[in-house]
Amino acid sequence: MYKCGAYPVIEKTAISAGIYSYEILCPEIAELSKPGQFVHIKIDGFTLRRPISICDIDYKNGSLRIVFEIRGQGTAKLTSLNVGDNIDMIAPLGKGFTLPDNLHPNNRVLLVGGGIGVPPLLAIAKTMKESATAILGFRSYDKIILAGDFKSADAHVIPCTDDGSVGFHGAVTIPLAQELSKGDVTKVYACGPEAMLKAVIDECENAGVSSEVSLEERMGCGVGACVVCACETERGMARVCKDGPVFDGKEVYKSLGRKGAFL
Amino acid sequence: MKRDMSVTVAGVRFPNPVIAASGTYGFGEDYNELYPINILGGISCKGLTLLPRSGNASPRIAETPAGMLNSVGLQNPGVDVFIEKHLPFMKKNGNIIIANFAGGSIDDYILTAEKLDATDVDMLELNISCPNVKEGGAAWGGSAEGAAKVTKAVRAVTSKPLIVKLTPNVSDITEIAKAVESEGADCISLINTVLGMRIDIKTRRPILRNNVGGLSGAAVFPVAVRMVWQVVNAVKIDVIGMGGIMTAEDAVEMMLAGAKAVQIGTVIISDPYAPLKIIGGIKHYMNINGIKSLDSIIGKVEKW
Repeated sequence: MYKCGAYPVIEKTAISAGIYSYEILCPEIAELSKPGQFVHIKIDGFTLRRPISICDIDYKNGSLRIVFEIRGQGTAKLTSLNVGDNIDMIAPLGKGFTLPDNLHPNNRVLLVGGGIGVPPLLAIAKTMKESATAILGFRSYDKIILAGDFKSADAHVIPCTDDGSVGFHGAVTIPLAQELSKGDVTKVYACGPEAMLKAVIDECENAGVSSEVSLEERMGCGVGACVVCACETERGMARVCKDGPVFDGKEVYKSLGRKGAFL
Repeated sequence: MKRDMSVTVAGVRFPNPVIAASGTYGFGEDYNELYPINILGGISCKGLTLLPRSGNASPRIAETPAGMLNSVGLQNPGVDVFIEKHLPFMKKNGNIIIANFAGGSIDDYILTAEKLDATDVDMLELNISCPNVKEGGAAWGGSAEGAAKVTKAVRAVTSKPLIVKLTPNVSDITEIAKAVESEGADCISLINTVLGMRIDIKTRRPILRNNVGGLSGAAVFPVAVRMVWQVVNAVKIDVIGMGGIMTAEDAVEMMLAGAKAVQIGTVIISDPYAPLKIIGGIKHYMNINGIKSLDSIIGKVEKW
């Protein structure tokens, strides 16, 4: 079930260079939304909508938060919208993350995000709170986004940077392996560049823990009709927009890493 | 005043002239979540092939000025799964159903047409124009001889109204149109997409993994109007116009050029409500101009 309409921006923040956060008031969409789903935004002057993952869902106030990076002319134009302007979107779309119903107090889930792949994980942290450990990788300290939001959600945060300017110096997979070795992790949720996702799935496989990954693809309709955003899975071709964007890690492993890094 | 929005194309009556174009509406299921899809005049289903196809590698879509490129490559579940799984849903919704199908060899076309002929789809749309795969039929649709040959073969195995969908990537569209008419086509639909390409100047790679793809959307609309008008003037059979129709005004323009009905595709990707807006807009045009029936605009352009 999804809706299509125009909904007002109620808050706009530039949270880092070229990265924006919008809070959108859309009660009829918010009540249907789940972590990992996305909104498909129409931008004036462009034929194709832009898919952007849902970063946070405020069920009480009926709003959604999206965080996106300027990637090209379309997303650049999107940043010209201000508080009070309407965003034309179709949402919520796609299959989100499957969260555990009753997590044993001794168990945890891990959230692994890379760069602009971090936002969709925040909605999980808000639900799982202290049962979530977020391993968040960025190029350098000035690229860090949302780390404070994960902390406010009571998740444990392990920041990582490629240049060592803050937190762990190196790839997210090293702290990931350490956390997995503690034996209390029941599931790993990841979003980020495909090379990172591949490495995350490898580590999960080694530890015998299942993973869910959120994929990115150029999309058409967003609702499953045009079959433009295809992804090869163990079950055959899947639509990233409708069968995903969240997939079981093992199911899409082979199709990952064929494109360049998306960070 | 009572407005009659119905049109009759190759003997089939559509409640209104707006049909979802093949490849943009799937089998209708995905949009039925948003509004009752039986509001549409008809649906041309995703292009079917004899066997399931997984299509081309991603990315398969790119933005262009006033349009888009796609290179899906006829991903579809195959004609058997369509008949078993999707057709009952479409039939239940009461839309006029056009079964679009493509093939590599003449035998593929014949076998697929035979299977579809045995179902209760309303019309067949022979796709000899998909630019994205060599089995998509563009090889047949690129020449009058090829187009005639495949039309003749399919005509022989079906008594259902037969539409032939033409590619614009030819030097003389009227030659192809006359060839399919002479082999028994009941209707011609055009245009399929215009072959195009975009290159990422940072990576120096084509944006589409298939390198090239089909251009659609507002950018191709004037080309489509011109080709529809040329074909309407070259053949006696009915013509369905498509290519870049974004508004009700575009649809009226296409009908003035001679199209008995229109297909819309890319605009639905942009705006899922487009079919409703275009149908409503045509009705509004009829109201403000005192038009009782669409017959009084179809083909009524007066050339200079």
